[in-house]
Amino acid sequence: MRWIWIDKFVEFHSGECAVAVKNVTLAEEHLHDHFPGFPVMPESLMIEAMAQTSGILVGEAKNFQEKVILAKIKKCVFFDYVKPGDTIKLDAKIESISPEAASTTGKITCGEKLIAEIDLMFSHIDQNLAGKQFPQENFVFTDTFKSLLRDVLLDTARQKPEQD
Amino acid sequence: MAMSRDEIFQEVQDVLVDALGVDDDEVTAEASLMRDLGAESIDFLDIVFRLEKAFGIKIPREELFPAESLMNNPEFVKNGKLTETGLTELRDKIPHTDLAVFENDPDINKLGDLFTVDAIVNYVETKLNAA
Repeated sequence: MRWIWIDKFVEFHSGECAVAVKNVTLAEEHLHDHFPGFPVMPESLMIEAMAQTSGILVGEAKNFQEKVILAKIKKCVFFDYVKPGDTIKLDAKIESISPEAASTTGKITCGEKLIAEIDLMFSHIDQNLAGKQFPQENFVFTDTFKSLLRDVLLDTARQKPEQD
Repeated sequence: MAMSRDEIFQEVQDVLVDALGVDDDEVTAEASLMRDLGAESIDFLDIVFRLEKAFGIKIPREELFPAESLMNNPEFVKNGKLTETGLTELRDKIPHTDLAVFENDPDINKLGDLFTVDAIVNYVETKLNAA
């Protein structure tokens, strides 16, 4: 099973932008060490949450046919702490996408508070210019990952007829 | 209004400072992206995206940095050096780059050194004038 670090998508606009949420709980063991008596979500794990949100957005844009790998953290700035009991919202946008890569911008908020700005770059590794070969099976997007999207895509599909 | 070469250089410099996390005084015209500024392969894609945005141009795959596709073709590379056919192909693909020194010793390990800040400015200038 793949490690999933976001709880669900609440918005999804194919090829453009997506919003996911994550609930932070004191049941996450690492928070007891980070830090004893002052549990705050590690910033590296905020980057992971944004990488999953943006990565799925990028993967879906090509119908999950590409193996999408985080290749570069272009920018990450943190403005505030995230504590147990907080729900963070991860807003991701595709800035550019080409056959071989994609760049995204992202913002994490908690309520009205800006927590972080995280801009990433993903590589479609089968399209690398060096011509390296990878296993055929898509080890990035397993069914577990795709199931995260099921509810939000169903909701979008349900809303569509009303809009027409 | 057309951009002057200085304005293009300024913009390219900003792009490279952001993409590679270097200081602006490191981004001189002669600086090589890989040797002097520490660029890696994913940085080239990042730079392409940023240039497209900064100048409002479209940069087709391999047009600006075609080195890797050349290196994987046995017709173009022999014993670690570019063959005459390879050199012709390279000249054809990157007319915006000065190849004079490289041609004397076309070692593929030095191919990366060709991608200088000046080469990018030349490329963007040609692209903007063609538009």
